[in-house]
Amino acid sequence: MIDYSDENKILQVEHLKQYFNIGKANEVRAVDDITFDVYRGETFGLVGESGSGKTTTGRAIIHLYEPTSGKIIFNGQDVSKLDSKKQKQTFRRDMQMIFQDPYASLNPRMKVKDIVAEGIDINHLAKDDADRSKQVEDLLETVGLNKDHSSRYPHEFSGGQRQRIGIARALAVQPEFIIADEPISALDVSIQAQVVNLLKKLQRERNLTYLFIAHDLSMVKYISDRIGVMHYGRMLEIASSDEIYAHPLHDYTASLLSAVPVPDPEYERARVQIPYDASQEFDGKERSLVEIVPHHWVRASEDEIPMYKKRAQEDSRLKK
Amino acid sequence: MENDKDVLEVRNLKINFNTYAGTVKAIRDVSFDLRKGETLAIVGESGSGKTVTTRSIMGLNSPNAVIDSGTIMFKGQDLLKKSRKQMDQIRGRDIAEIFQDPMTSLDPTMKIGKQIAEPLIIHKGMKREKAYAQALEMMKLVGIENAEQRINNYPHQFSGGMRQRIVIAIALVNYPEILIADEPTTALDVTIQAQILDLMKELQAKTNTSIIFITHDLGVVAGMADRVAVMYAGKIVEYGTVDEIFYNPKHPYTWGLLNSMPTMDTSGTELPSIPGTPPDLLDPPVGDAFAARNKYALKIDTEKQPPFFKVSDTHYAATWLLDPRAPKVTPPAPIIERQKHYAELVHEELNKSKGNHVEEQEEQL
Ligand SMILES: Nc1ncnc2c1ncn2[C@@H]1O[C@H](COP(=O)(O)OP(=O)(O)OP(=O)(O)O)[C@@H](O)[C@H]1O
Ligand SMILES: Nc1ncnc2c1ncn2[C@@H]1O[C@H](COP(=O)(O)OP(=O)(O)OP(=O)(O)O)[C@@H](O)[C@H]1O
Ligand SMILES: [Mg+2]
Ligand SMILES: [Mg+2]
Repeated sequence: MIDYSDENKILQVEHLKQYFNIGKANEVRAVDDITFDVYRGETFGLVGESGSGKTTTGRAIIHLYEPTSGKIIFNGQDVSKLDSKKQKQTFRRDMQMIFQDPYASLNPRMKVKDIVAEGIDINHLAKDDADRSKQVEDLLETVGLNKDHSSRYPHEFSGGQRQRIGIARALAVQPEFIIADEPISALDVSIQAQVVNLLKKLQRERNLTYLFIAHDLSMVKYISDRIGVMHYGRMLEIASSDEIYAHPLHDYTASLLSAVPVPDPEYERARVQIPYDASQEFDGKERSLVEIVPHHWVRASEDEIPMYKKRAQEDSRLKK
Repeated sequence: MENDKDVLEVRNLKINFNTYAGTVKAIRDVSFDLRKGETLAIVGESGSGKTVTTRSIMGLNSPNAVIDSGTIMFKGQDLLKKSRKQMDQIRGRDIAEIFQDPMTSLDPTMKIGKQIAEPLIIHKGMKREKAYAQALEMMKLVGIENAEQRINNYPHQFSGGMRQRIVIAIALVNYPEILIADEPTTALDVTIQAQILDLMKELQAKTNTSIIFITHDLGVVAGMADRVAVMYAGKIVEYGTVDEIFYNPKHPYTWGLLNSMPTMDTSGTELPSIPGTPPDLLDPPVGDAFAARNKYALKIDTEKQPPFFKVSDTHYAATWLLDPRAPKVTPPAPIIERQKHYAELVHEELNKSKGNHVEEQEEQL
């Protein structure tokens, strides 16, 4: 079980805003005032339609952007205020990212061993060449590849194998926190299961924390302890994955869940999709995340709270 | 045609690729039919040959492809014997395709109205005005709002979902007999995917187009397909109606596929996955290509390729487990659950038809 006490927070995102092209005609409010916490050892799933701001959130957390406003606190420290070289280096080791596209994210001209050892080299984590090779071999073994793969180039591998190389690269610096941005979307079903099992196994063995970004909701439900639903740069709902599937409070969440194809022909024939009218988000009312029942948050205005309380008590809103 | 409902009959297709490393035996004796107005889903792991199969129907395989044997019969003629020019005609008119990435199939420098109208002008010799009028109608049909204005927009002015609608409009503008959809929604999010899938079903109901649908999302298959063909290492290993494949699967590879997809109810520490990797098609194994990854493999699997065994008139599977001499195996628990469910379904169906029968008799009396 995950310890959800305040002391166990590894990441705190507070009122994060990430705008692009500020003040210009094409200003984009990619992330617009979101607040959430991630606890050590858990998997926090981030879902939402294309363009809702998931990747931007991930990139802001790993400090690829300077936030427009708001704070990101990792292990108790504001990531915008890491001054010493040592602090910055530790942060860059502790937090790693794996990307959606296993083809684009690996340098085609580098051998697998050099890709995997990138972080080891930057952070001087190997005593000598032999130690470096040993570490790379161990990492390849950890992710289910074998050591004679290390002298090959990325194009010699299948999609699932390339994604494993990306995971080995992320693990090389022994991170605590991994942002996985759609790590399995490009893979086929049978390989998806292998990669998901690998991520879960590594999490158990190394007490890793994941921010898992995806739009495949059945996989997100399976892998996540808690899920956050994003829409138009805002966080609309946060709850444990079982709770969010049983009682999606926000209409958008219910609509998103109802759109997921289920591998069961009879269910599909009977499926009713719940339409969603986004205009309700723009009625000018003041809204913030409200804890409707313990650990279940929804973006609501004062007058919507009773309605959400009622929904939370209803029987499961979705048929399955 | 063997069956008058068939619009396409693929027989004994074998396709090799010449590469510097040797000959890749990509398609190893594939046969299937496509019926009028149906959706046939082709599923299977990456590299199993789904795209190469459909590319051969389109006459669009890469230059290093060699057709080793086979026929692809369409309207009484073998597409494999057509010249490139004849295939260009057929592609614009009778068989259309939509791809995974809408951007690669749209010309970024051309207004979308022109892109939709052009096939009509080229293939049907239609007058410009008439072609544009039909293009406009098609845009409305695929759900593009303000079509009159948007006909003059360029692809980058549309969202990903809208672009895929435009690709569908282009593919369907000629009311083709056959539509090949190769992972048409993989790049889209679930909300947009649901819209595109509904749109395809709706258009199919109107135009009676036959669809070959390639995807690795079994949820999409369950919702779209009438029949399903499962491919592994260049062969079809099982085919049947969508209910037969989901509720009464017989091939261990199909079991593995169905099990590795979590449903909303899946929990537990480990997802069942198929261990290992597919065989090297430069040198395919002698026996059943799935044997090395199959925990139910029999000795004969390493020696001899299994033939198709008949499960029902519509359902066939190529696995030695169906041979009468094979030992009974117990499939994974979720598969047994599905099979129980299937037995109930079939039972209900039987009862229903019995009921009808009684009524008819009563009427006769
Ligand atoms: N560098 C940038 N400059 C301008 N706009 C940007 C930039 N990066 C992202 N955006 C915009 O911000 C919004 C959110 O994008 P983001 O990539 O975070 O979405 P996402 O939820 O990850 O979507 P997807 O599921 O498609 O990956 C989009 O409208 C996007 O076009
Ligand atoms: N031009 C080519 N030269 C050599 N081999 C090829 C060529 N095109 C395809 N192949 C091989 O043929 C086999 C089948 O490929 P195909 O693209 O049909 O797979 P697929 O089932 O569509 O996979 P995916 O789900 O990844 O799209 C693969 O082993 C592939 O490497
Ligand atoms: Mg993204
Ligand atoms: Mg393909």
